[in-house]
Amino acid sequence: MTTEARPQATERTISVVVNGERRSATVLDRKTLADFLREDLELTGTHVGCEHGVCGACTLLLNGRAVRSCLLLAVQADGQEIQTIEGLAKGDELHSIQQAFWEEHGLQCGYCTGGIIMSTLAMLEDNPHPSDEEIYEVLGGHLCRCTGYEDIFKSVKRAIELRGQGR
Amino acid sequence: MKPAPFTYFAPTSIEETIGLLQRYGDEAKILAGGQSLVPLLNMRLARPTALIDINRIPRLDEIVTEDDAIVVGARVTERQLERHPVVAERLPLLVALVKLIGHPQIRNRGTVCGSIAHGDPSAELPAGALALDATVTVTGPTGERTIAVDDFYLGYLATALAGDEMMTQVRFPIPAAGTGWSVQEVARRHGDFALVGAVALVRVEGGRIAATNVVSFGTGGRPLRFPEVEAKLVGSVPGEALFSEAAEAITELLDPDDDVHASAAYRRQVAGVLVRRALEEALRRCEGGSR
Repeated sequence: MTTEARPQATERTISVVVNGERRSATVLDRKTLADFLREDLELTGTHVGCEHGVCGACTLLLNGRAVRSCLLLAVQADGQEIQTIEGLAKGDELHSIQQAFWEEHGLQCGYCTGGIIMSTLAMLEDNPHPSDEEIYEVLGGHLCRCTGYEDIFKSVKRAIELRGQGR
Repeated sequence: MKPAPFTYFAPTSIEETIGLLQRYGDEAKILAGGQSLVPLLNMRLARPTALIDINRIPRLDEIVTEDDAIVVGARVTERQLERHPVVAERLPLLVALVKLIGHPQIRNRGTVCGSIAHGDPSAELPAGALALDATVTVTGPTGERTIAVDDFYLGYLATALAGDEMMTQVRFPIPAAGTGWSVQEVARRHGDFALVGAVALVRVEGGRIAATNVVSFGTGGRPLRFPEVEAKLVGSVPGEALFSEAAEAITELLDPDDDVHASAAYRRQVAGVLVRRALEEALRRCEGGSR
């Protein structure tokens, strides 16, 4: 079969823009983007749940699109732009989506919330007035075991309202 | 660290990719969207020596709309296809198929060619490609070759792609004007792989079926076509009884496996129902097919 020996761990230096700030680091080729953010950049708001793309907790924006960071290697993000949940609030002032989740009780334990908020952000940046169906589809990409989803849905509706008011 | 060690390559040309494939052969894996491969890496069900990331190769992210076909490059994401206005207008079946895959967050990365090359027997795109008589283009050390999807799938997760070849595009022919289409599936949750599904194309001329393609998926090691059943349908006057008969004939031909998700008996029964519904819906969407 193979003439190559089992590969040694290889690494390379990458440069990414995270929440508007350029960060460079040397990273193992096999490290996922989620683990890189959490362990190397100490951005632990990106949560890791299932680590195979199902639960959605690790969702962030890569070049403006919502993606699973557990299914990306950090080295694949080299030269790209990343937005994580840490980039949303301005100091103590919550982002309007965070405010909406606060007001509508869109979270309990909070484990899934960061990912859901990032998916909501991508959806609203793309289309500020999504249909209920579109909201369901986006939320369908996230598992929440606390809320039963009703309050999450209400939170997204509230976020649309707040956004409409220029928040 | 989730995946086992591998050597990562990010080639910037197809030639460079082929060179790496020649060097590593079956020990290499091509990484495009990673929505099937990275879970396998994370769970260490796949332990390739070399991971060849094709995301830095230019031009593979193009959708070309020809007069009679939609041609999709190796890096085109499912989301790109879903949102392409010409695809929605000229080949709406493709959009319907893609919308059954995962969620927007998955389709933002998952690629059309990746799904077809992976060839999960429960996946929507391989089934749709088979129904549409699609062809895949693969490039290897001696150049390009084109393979009909029906010849591409050899068995469970096995394709005609050689170890030193990469798939560079898939070509979906646009069916003749007036052709009706349908995709039907049963899945536990929206976005899951289908337990069972069916795709049908129907074209009616002068009150009789002029052409039809029928595919069942999730019912064998690969998506399945039924030439004998299709041949019997052609020339017949479409209707409930005819379609029930066809569905029954297909059920007889199926030999699915039991697994943790569903029993073989359940799969066969549902497969027949879905084939019938797919034929009925395709007929309703036909020009001159509505009754």
